[in-house]
Amino acid sequence: MAEPMVIVDDLHVVYRVYGAGGDRGTAATVLLRALGRKTRGSIREVHAIRGISFIAYRGDAVGVIGRNGSGKTTLLRAIAGLLPPEQGNVYTAGEAALLGVNAALLDDLTGERNVVLGCLARGMSRQETKQRYPDIVQFSGVEDFIDLPMKTYSSGMGSRLRFAIAAAKSQDVLLIDEALATGDAEFRVKSHNRIQELRAQAGTVFLVAHNLEEVELTCNRVIWMERGQMVMQGEDVISIIDKYIEASGGAPVLRDPVTRRRVKSQTAEAVKT
Amino acid sequence: MNNKYSRSRLHGRIVAGIRAHGTGRLAAPGELRAGDVGVLSPEAPAESLAQLARRHGLRPSSYRPSMPAYIRELWRRWSFIVAFATARNVAMYTEAKLGQLWQFLTPLLNAGVYFLIFGVLLHINRGIPNYLAFLVTGVFVFNFSQRAFITTSSVVTDSLPLIRALQFPRAALPLAYVMIEFEQMLLSMVVLAAIVLATGEPLTLYWLLAIPALLLQTIFNVGVGLFVARLGAQVNDFSQLLPFLMRTWLYVSGVLYQISTLDLKDHPGVVTLLEINPAAIYITLVREALLTTQRESTPGSKPYNAANCSLWNKQGHLSAAQDVKYQAYSAYCHYVGYVNPDKFWYIAIGWAAFGLVVGFWFFWRAETRYGRG
Repeated sequence: MAEPMVIVDDLHVVYRVYGAGGDRGTAATVLLRALGRKTRGSIREVHAIRGISFIAYRGDAVGVIGRNGSGKTTLLRAIAGLLPPEQGNVYTAGEAALLGVNAALLDDLTGERNVVLGCLARGMSRQETKQRYPDIVQFSGVEDFIDLPMKTYSSGMGSRLRFAIAAAKSQDVLLIDEALATGDAEFRVKSHNRIQELRAQAGTVFLVAHNLEEVELTCNRVIWMERGQMVMQGEDVISIIDKYIEASGGAPVLRDPVTRRRVKSQTAEAVKT
Repeated sequence: MNNKYSRSRLHGRIVAGIRAHGTGRLAAPGELRAGDVGVLSPEAPAESLAQLARRHGLRPSSYRPSMPAYIRELWRRWSFIVAFATARNVAMYTEAKLGQLWQFLTPLLNAGVYFLIFGVLLHINRGIPNYLAFLVTGVFVFNFSQRAFITTSSVVTDSLPLIRALQFPRAALPLAYVMIEFEQMLLSMVVLAAIVLATGEPLTLYWLLAIPALLLQTIFNVGVGLFVARLGAQVNDFSQLLPFLMRTWLYVSGVLYQISTLDLKDHPGVVTLLEINPAAIYITLVREALLTTQRESTPGSKPYNAANCSLWNKQGHLSAAQDVKYQAYSAYCHYVGYVNPDKFWYIAIGWAAFGLVVGFWFFWRAETRYGRG
């Protein structure tokens, strides 16, 4: 039996937003509150994940799909251990790295320093960092700008470098949250191949993407989320994606009846070459 | 485990029947039957998920290591801490034209302001011989703690993308910030040494005592820095409040005056508190190390002599026209503070140890929550 890498056991995550209603900051409301005229600003609870359970095994690439606000990012953060569960639990083997949409680790530092710091923070030695540095920079493809602060990078360049840092060392669990969306075609191919490599090295990858074709090509399993709950999940990636597209009111995807591959596919072409 | 939210059974049977907006169709055709575990595997385990996790050696993702394991992890990240501190230090000045020179210019300008106001304009000396050196020493030593606390209070917010992306012991970040301020303090001390020598203080072996004093202060700063780092991360209003707390601390710590000569003799408790407060302790120790005038004018540092003492009171301290000549005569008076100066070193060690233990423990307690932002 395959070895589980991530176990999510009846997970609930609740965000607490203070001063919902947007009237918190004004001096008048604070004063009224202080005078006892008005009750304290309400705390609004947002129940972002409502009871999700699943197991992901070694070598899995799990796609997470669903509309905006359905809890995909929250799920990834909880797996990464950044959000404590309100109820239930998340168990992981090894360490998890989360690649988010914001491009830089430390905005005002150069790409070079970001690479070094990223490696050291993950517990590599100076020696190891030095060894891997050329590969990382080469993989990211931002060699010419590596000595510039990361805030000067375009979002695509930023995400390339970030991905390169995170994927440098074989990662036990890699969580990718729309981090590949801003990359160009070349980078998509590279990152696609790297994800397959990580899977082969017995890592587990989670991919949140709105580009469903990317999920289809990269992932062997998929979770469809809706309002913090799981609608469907399984290994039949293609039929779940088709159902998701149907539920979103989109036109059905044209597929080859035998291979079930998309009839017209740019990404697939790119990855093949 | 409290059963706060309704759930059908432990490994949450997924409730089908969520309506997709707009279309009115069921988004989830009844594929998930009752008892379906939502496991990404054909063979659903008979044991509970928690048991399965335990059997395969998985651990909760928001897991806080034990204190010794945490310290070991932190030690493994030592080169990260150093690299992070260097990088931040460089980035701090990249926007300025004069660049790294500001590390020297900041303390120099600081001293210049105090020289202008207290040395040139006011001529205040509060009965303290070599008041300018006394003042600048106090300001520089206090500045070390002040800057350390104000920067560490925002370290978690500043580094949120890094915290969210990678797993490492978060205490590395406040530690790196204190290290930056430590470097800054060393440069300030070079400036301070020049100023102190320029005011006519001799260079003595006592100067070496400044090293342990400043090291103890650094340990104390690490502790309190960790403490305020957690406060700053979890209480949004804290960073607004901190500058006022620091200013109050500045005024009660005898940076601008000598605590032992305060006119608070009816409130011995207050004087004692002011004297043993950590900022005052570290400032006093550094002053005693660097300033011979200070060391030799501390009340009680010479055998009591009533005549000389009254000369200090009348001519050097209380009178409007203070006579510089008699200012060192305070040494002949009885020690007027309430804490024996011989105990200052023990108190300094005590504060450093207490600060470090409490601050570290307090920061470590919230280790899994810093990514929330």
